Amino acid sequence: MTRLSSNHLLGLKELTSEDINLIFETADNFKSILNRQIKKVPSLRDITIANVFFENSTRTKISFELAEKRLSADVVNFSSSSSSVSKGETLIDTVNNILSMKVDMVVMRHPAPGAALFLSKHVDAQIINAGDGTHEHPTQALLDAYSIREELGNIQGKKVVIVGDILHSRVALSNIYCLQKMGAEVAVCGPPTLIPKHIDALGVRVMHNLNEALAWCDVANMLRIQMERQQTKYFPSLREYSMQYGLTMDHLNTLDKEVTIMHPGPINRGVEVSSEVADSDQSIILNQVENGVAIRMAVLYLLAAQKES
Amino acid sequence: MSKRIILDPSHLDIMLKRMAIELAENHGDFEQCALVGLQPRGIALAQRIKSILENDLKVGNITYGELDSTFYRDDFRRSEKILIPSSIELDFPIEGKNIVLIDDVLYTGRSVRSALNALSDFGRPGKTELLTLIDRRFKRELPIQPDYVGTNVDTRAHDRVIVDLENENKVWIITEQQN
Repeated sequence: MTRLSSNHLLGLKELTSEDINLIFETADNFKSILNRQIKKVPSLRDITIANVFFENSTRTKISFELAEKRLSADVVNFSSSSSSVSKGETLIDTVNNILSMKVDMVVMRHPAPGAALFLSKHVDAQIINAGDGTHEHPTQALLDAYSIREELGNIQGKKVVIVGDILHSRVALSNIYCLQKMGAEVAVCGPPTLIPKHIDALGVRVMHNLNEALAWCDVANMLRIQMERQQTKYFPSLREYSMQYGLTMDHLNTLDKEVTIMHPGPINRGVEVSSEVADSDQSIILNQVENGVAIRMAVLYLLAAQKES
Repeated sequence: MSKRIILDPSHLDIMLKRMAIELAENHGDFEQCALVGLQPRGIALAQRIKSILENDLKVGNITYGELDSTFYRDDFRRSEKILIPSSIELDFPIEGKNIVLIDDVLYTGRSVRSALNALSDFGRPGKTELLTLIDRRFKRELPIQPDYVGTNVDTRAHDRVIVDLENENKVWIITEQQN
């Protein structure tokens, strides 16, 4: 296995476990480079990458941009708020205009599920999905799984619970695909209104009680309540949600084991996790962010390498 | 396809020992020197040279590292297969040290060029030398010459030189039949 099975990174659904392992092994090399004094290699020096963000982002955008720069790629950034999209240009036109300026790869975040797949069928560039609506966020799932592998040694046989707003979360769906392909058992936990119907068809357990979920799992991935995507009320109040599903030190102290705590960010402290939990030794939230750069370097490197082969 | 042995085990052992002695001649107690094997195929040679220095020539405390230059290669997106990196083990400061890069076969010189670039990202060595078991002359594409050579081999472009230090302890030339 020396190449990825796809020329784009659209979602974890399309990747094989061999692909994921190849990305992890390549990321190991980049991680050691990121710990050096000179954190830059010249691999992608003749490649230009456009970061096209139709939705807000801090971590993902900075992480991709750093990954690109550390591979010596040329980078252009684009965000919809300051662009001609507000003048009525279509997605394909926008991207084709960018590509005609000789851009090789597009990293795109878009509010519409399937936007990355759509783009990959209609433009001549490699597409990396940096989040498409409520669908997938592949690099986040890869860095989450990579962080679990780093923390616990392997992913095979581990029990991971994803807690919170599963309904609106692209991180949840990508994580489910990724972790299952790597041999983990996955459960989701949250109020019934925030768990998609028929999610058990994906082979995940459904739980509604946080204590039960914590007793079962090795890793808890706490998701943010995505207020910006919620048009109706899914629970009476944020305070009530926090009382039912907010993770506190009291929860962790009653367990006879150490559960690894993850969060894809941004954190709403005091809602899904308390400050003490977020800053505790069991939390690997900042390791996730650190690993994000190495994972994204690996994805960019492997995709760029197979473009012309 | 024809396969011809150019170095048998006894010949090879003498050659490795001779190169180790040459190194000892120039580097004395090896205090200022570090042996660096180039991934992936220079590692076996570097470890053999290191073990001869330690066991036969009784040199203690040899600084040893392994360098991978995949991300510095100039055939990225130009070669047919994807270049997959190997690990780097260089956990000592190279600043001011005399580095001996070790690779099994020197051919076009391009991988040594990439190794020099990779090395410079770790610091500024005092002096950098190159040790190679096989020098395939007449096909150099860069002005790079070895300081320590096992043997020179004259080959044609479609020949392959296979160095096997781990199992059979031999070196072959494989000649593909041309159509």
